Amino acid sequence: MRLKTALWGAAAAVAMTPVMAYADAHEGERGRDGEVRVIYWQAVSIMNPFLSGGTKDIEGASLVLEPLGRYDQDGNLVPYLATEIPTVANGGVSEDLTTITWKIKPGIKWSDGSDFTSADVVFTAEYCMDPEGGCAQLAKFEGVKSVEALDDLTVKVTFKEPKPNPYLPFMGGQSPILQAAQFADCKGARAPECTEENFNPIGTGPFVVTDFRPNDVITMEANPNYREAGKPAFSRLVLKGGGDAAAAGRAVLETGEYDYAWNLQLAPDVIEAMAAAGKGKPVSAFGTLVERLEMNLTDPSPDLPEGERSTLKHPHPILSDGRVRKALSIAIDRDLLVEVGYGQAGRATCNLVPAPENYASDNTECMPQDIERAKALLEEAGWTDTNGDGVRDKDGKKLSLLYQTSVNAVRQDFQALIKQWWQEIGVETELRAIDASVYFGGDPGSPDTFQRFYADVEMYANNFDGTDPEAYLAAYTCDKVPSPETQWQGENINRFCDPAYEELLAELGRTGDLDERGRIAKQLNDMVTKDSDVIVGLVDRGRVSAHSNTLGGVILNTWDSELWNAADWYRIKE
Amino acid sequence: MTEPVIHNPVGAAQAARLPEKARSQWRDVWDQFRTHKGALTGLGFFVFILLAVIVGPLLWDIDPKYIDIRARNSGPSLAHPFGTDQLGRDTLARMIAGGRTSVSVGLMAMALSLVLGTFIGVLAGYFRRLDGLFMRFTDLFLALPLLPLLLVIILLFRDALRSAFGPEAGIFILIVGVIGITSWMQTARIVRGDVLALKEREFVLAARSIGTPSRRMITRHILPNVMSPIMVSATLGIANAIITESALSFLGLGFPSDFPTWGRLLFDSTDYLQQYPERVMWPGLAISLTVLSVNYIGDGLRDALDPRIRGR
Repeated sequence: MRLKTALWGAAAAVAMTPVMAYADAHEGERGRDGEVRVIYWQAVSIMNPFLSGGTKDIEGASLVLEPLGRYDQDGNLVPYLATEIPTVANGGVSEDLTTITWKIKPGIKWSDGSDFTSADVVFTAEYCMDPEGGCAQLAKFEGVKSVEALDDLTVKVTFKEPKPNPYLPFMGGQSPILQAAQFADCKGARAPECTEENFNPIGTGPFVVTDFRPNDVITMEANPNYREAGKPAFSRLVLKGGGDAAAAGRAVLETGEYDYAWNLQLAPDVIEAMAAAGKGKPVSAFGTLVERLEMNLTDPSPDLPEGERSTLKHPHPILSDGRVRKALSIAIDRDLLVEVGYGQAGRATCNLVPAPENYASDNTECMPQDIERAKALLEEAGWTDTNGDGVRDKDGKKLSLLYQTSVNAVRQDFQALIKQWWQEIGVETELRAIDASVYFGGDPGSPDTFQRFYADVEMYANNFDGTDPEAYLAAYTCDKVPSPETQWQGENINRFCDPAYEELLAELGRTGDLDERGRIAKQLNDMVTKDSDVIVGLVDRGRVSAHSNTLGGVILNTWDSELWNAADWYRIKE
Repeated sequence: MTEPVIHNPVGAAQAARLPEKARSQWRDVWDQFRTHKGALTGLGFFVFILLAVIVGPLLWDIDPKYIDIRARNSGPSLAHPFGTDQLGRDTLARMIAGGRTSVSVGLMAMALSLVLGTFIGVLAGYFRRLDGLFMRFTDLFLALPLLPLLLVIILLFRDALRSAFGPEAGIFILIVGVIGITSWMQTARIVRGDVLALKEREFVLAARSIGTPSRRMITRHILPNVMSPIMVSATLGIANAIITESALSFLGLGFPSDFPTWGRLLFDSTDYLQQYPERVMWPGLAISLTVLSVNYIGDGLRDALDPRIRGR
């Protein structure tokens, strides 16, 4: 227990470093701190993120290549190569939401000494959107009509239709800027053939590749032309790849051979045991991945004819009542679930959209656990235990639920715990665990997929890409209900249908102002969680990485590359 | 009067010529079985396991599904002699409850596959006309990919059985049935082979020459003589059934996840192998010792049932 407290303390201290980093002025000449060693247990195989969808490649490349703007640890937009983030308010985004105009910081140089101009930005768009090339980040350029250079330092992106979230091209580690001069002959079908360019791209970032061994070690040196004086603090960076998460964790936390280990997907007590060696500390950050319970609003009874089970034709006999859903939700002790299943890599939540800050509702309605209130709600809904067998009933029907999820040790523990809490409030639960490849397989012929939802309650985790939740929230409309007509495809797993929700969603699609978007998104989130308990959030699952005690300036970021601020890293002197 | 002196220097070593009690065949079998130490130990252990899972819950009345989260991950103590698992459930209670399921699945599935296998094997071996048909049928079953077959069977019948018998009994019937009908083929082949050889033996010819009907021929002459391979495959069958059941649980097709069986306990505790090795040991020991004891019993029975070995 004491160890745990200490870890939380460490995490809290790390979370506060940004403030301190500026305060205690780690400044000096570039390259003063020598070498920094980073280990990625998935090895980097290419330095061009447009040719690889792999997170590890995107993050490796982020040390060299930079976008116009990045997301910070809270999901806010921060200008990098641009002077500011264009918005409707500052005139960078047009009123009709069809164009966005970026202004580039003057005086930025590539690592080879040449000037960075708008031509490079335009070239990058052409490179990725080339119809002959298979660009891995094409989604970032979806709906882009044209990208043009207005002058040397101004780029205008025009979309085919109004885009309430125009921050896709040139934003974040997935779409950095390539140097036009270097990649001029590498467009379209020739892109993968340019091995030299793809392994040693010229960039504007804090480091330059000196030796690239695919799937093994990459050696980098500080970029002599980096735009900020005195950064990076390290003259050399070694990015080692390979092994597994446990080995990487050991190398940083137990032996201290490396300074930074990426994405430690390990059981909480395993990480705790490693951290006890005292060479480094685990840090966690939270994205949008939420482990949740989904309530079925339609009747999954096997007595119904095939094709009518779990469809809108039959409302659920028990869960259609909001009071029952609320009771089931508040009977759960989320903090205990976090402790048992995720430790530092989780935090309790009631939300569907837990982050970024701008979109996260302050809803904590489901916490803390309240068994008595849950019982009262069930009584109020007419469910009483008339025959004294411990299970409530109403009109001769038992309050009995089938609760399914995928096969996974943590999920099975959650099932057992939740079953016991529900038993305390008089709800009988039957558990079912389905092989993950079947459960998430989406085969329309299988009755066991999560979309088919032949159960009363189910549990899984889901998240959304990027920082904008619009597409994610758009899943809960009537036309996205999985049914036999749609081959059981669709994202509205709960079969939630509310015209008011759809109206508000349409409003979100018309709104460009970020604060206003945040307000609407929070309201939508509350409609499916707090107000109706159709989606019962359990745990917000984060990511855990680790850095050594002597590496300062690390801010874990789940919205962009983890190495996004490597320029600010420094060695803590003892 | 003095009693006549009988001059018999080796009298003490000779069996007194008392009127012999009629000895039943099963007594002979038991006498022979007793001489096999391993078999006797095995039988003892198996009876112990049976008693533990039948009477155990009466003596150790902690609910195996009850979660006492404050007592989680605790080592052996008086309150929990085998310790508790990651959710604070009592391991001893779960071992007993798990044994109940595993042993009954093992026994029932073995019995089912044995009956099926022997039936098909004997008929195929004894009646030439049925041979081709039955053996091709066996080949057909052998060639079927087991896992997809199980998936289909479970998908088709799970909901029907669940509503008819309840979730746990329904799944029990399903699992026993599924394991039974997918593991009889080896028994059938072995039995057929032995029956083919036996059929040509003199005593069978002799029996046939006095007009013994086929039904009696099989029950009286053939079956007792193929008992040994049947016994061996039976013992292997129990082990196999226990293991198949845990494999099914692993795929999420077996019993509900909170319903303990030895296989599931083993599977759940592999994640904690480094921190709490004893959790793997208990179910692992239970499975292997049960299988071993059944194997020894089978070995002893085989010897005891074979009249050529008996008495040596």
